[in-house]
Amino acid sequence: MDTPQTPDTTQAPSHSPPAGKAPTAPLAVGQKAPEFELRSTPDQRVALSSLLGQPVVLVFYPADWSPVCSDQLALYNQLCDEWQKHRARLLGISVDNTWCHIAYAKDRRLRFPLLSDFEPKGEVARRYGAYDAEQGTAARALFVLDRDGTIAWSYRSPIGVNPGADGILEALEALGTRKERAHG
Amino acid sequence: MARLRVPVTERDHQRGSTRASVTLVEYGDYQCPFCGRAFWVLRDIEDRFRNDLRFVYRHFPLTEIHPLALIAAEAAELAGDQGRFWDMHDTLFQNQPAFQPEELAGYAGELGLDVDAFSEDLVSLRHRDGIREDFMGGVRSGVNGTPSLFINGELFDGPAEMIPLARAIETARGRWQAGVRSVAP
Repeated sequence: MDTPQTPDTTQAPSHSPPAGKAPTAPLAVGQKAPEFELRSTPDQRVALSSLLGQPVVLVFYPADWSPVCSDQLALYNQLCDEWQKHRARLLGISVDNTWCHIAYAKDRRLRFPLLSDFEPKGEVARRYGAYDAEQGTAARALFVLDRDGTIAWSYRSPIGVNPGADGILEALEALGTRKERAHG
Repeated sequence: MARLRVPVTERDHQRGSTRASVTLVEYGDYQCPFCGRAFWVLRDIEDRFRNDLRFVYRHFPLTEIHPLALIAAEAAELAGDQGRFWDMHDTLFQNQPAFQPEELAGYAGELGLDVDAFSEDLVSLRHRDGIREDFMGGVRSGVNGTPSLFINGELFDGPAEMIPLARAIETARGRWQAGVRSVAP
């Protein structure tokens, strides 16, 4: 699939969405990633700021258990070695609640955290331009943040299309090259 | 449109004419039921296009979903070491998902391979790195699931069914022939 370096704003649905529900563009390259603190389990929270100092990959996805999300997350799970190679932290974010995340992560043996953007529903997704108001879920959107929390790459995929991992890997590699240059 | 990032080389498993106008690359997973269905379509496609088509198979075992996909890919590679990759490839897709080691050894026996050597190497996953290389090449080319098909380097976006696939191959063949004519004296 096409994974352009610039955010894709052309993904209009074939039917007219209700007013105010048109797809939003994801936050663009160069913007500061909005801070958030979301639950990863019923009694644990993860703050974005606590992860910085390393690249962070945010994977917004519509729903636990759905077929496309499951294929997408299974692929990212299989690529855990690659994320480690880039010293990157990958996080899944959906509007499902933590109990649902726990059951899902256990069933699929996911080795990265799933965060719950549950209350107020989808608030973080909205701030990233990654909320699908028509579905009432997070959109399928990817963000690669540099170690300082600036958006280095973003992409919003049509809801039914698994965006794969090529765009994320290219963005992480570009960050690695940039870092080498800065230190070289 | 995603493009194939790893060009086809002699290292690849391929059948059909090396001088064919169309090269079809499949990223597949032996335990994937959709690949199992596509297998029959692709056999028909190979029959239909014969001299115009070269078929290449690369491994994309989604082991998170298909725990036996890796050992099945290893079985195909080991058969390949004894010159029988395609026979094992066809056998695997026709016997999904019976890929326990003893079942795989059974297929090796039916193909007349050295079963002891096969079984020993099967456990050690001797070709794990090469299979991973196929997989990562697929990821880099935008493969997100299986089967993923590339026709002359371009990702085929449609369903792996006879009519859409044949149409796409005809289009690629037409384009190739037009290109050849335009450079001919």
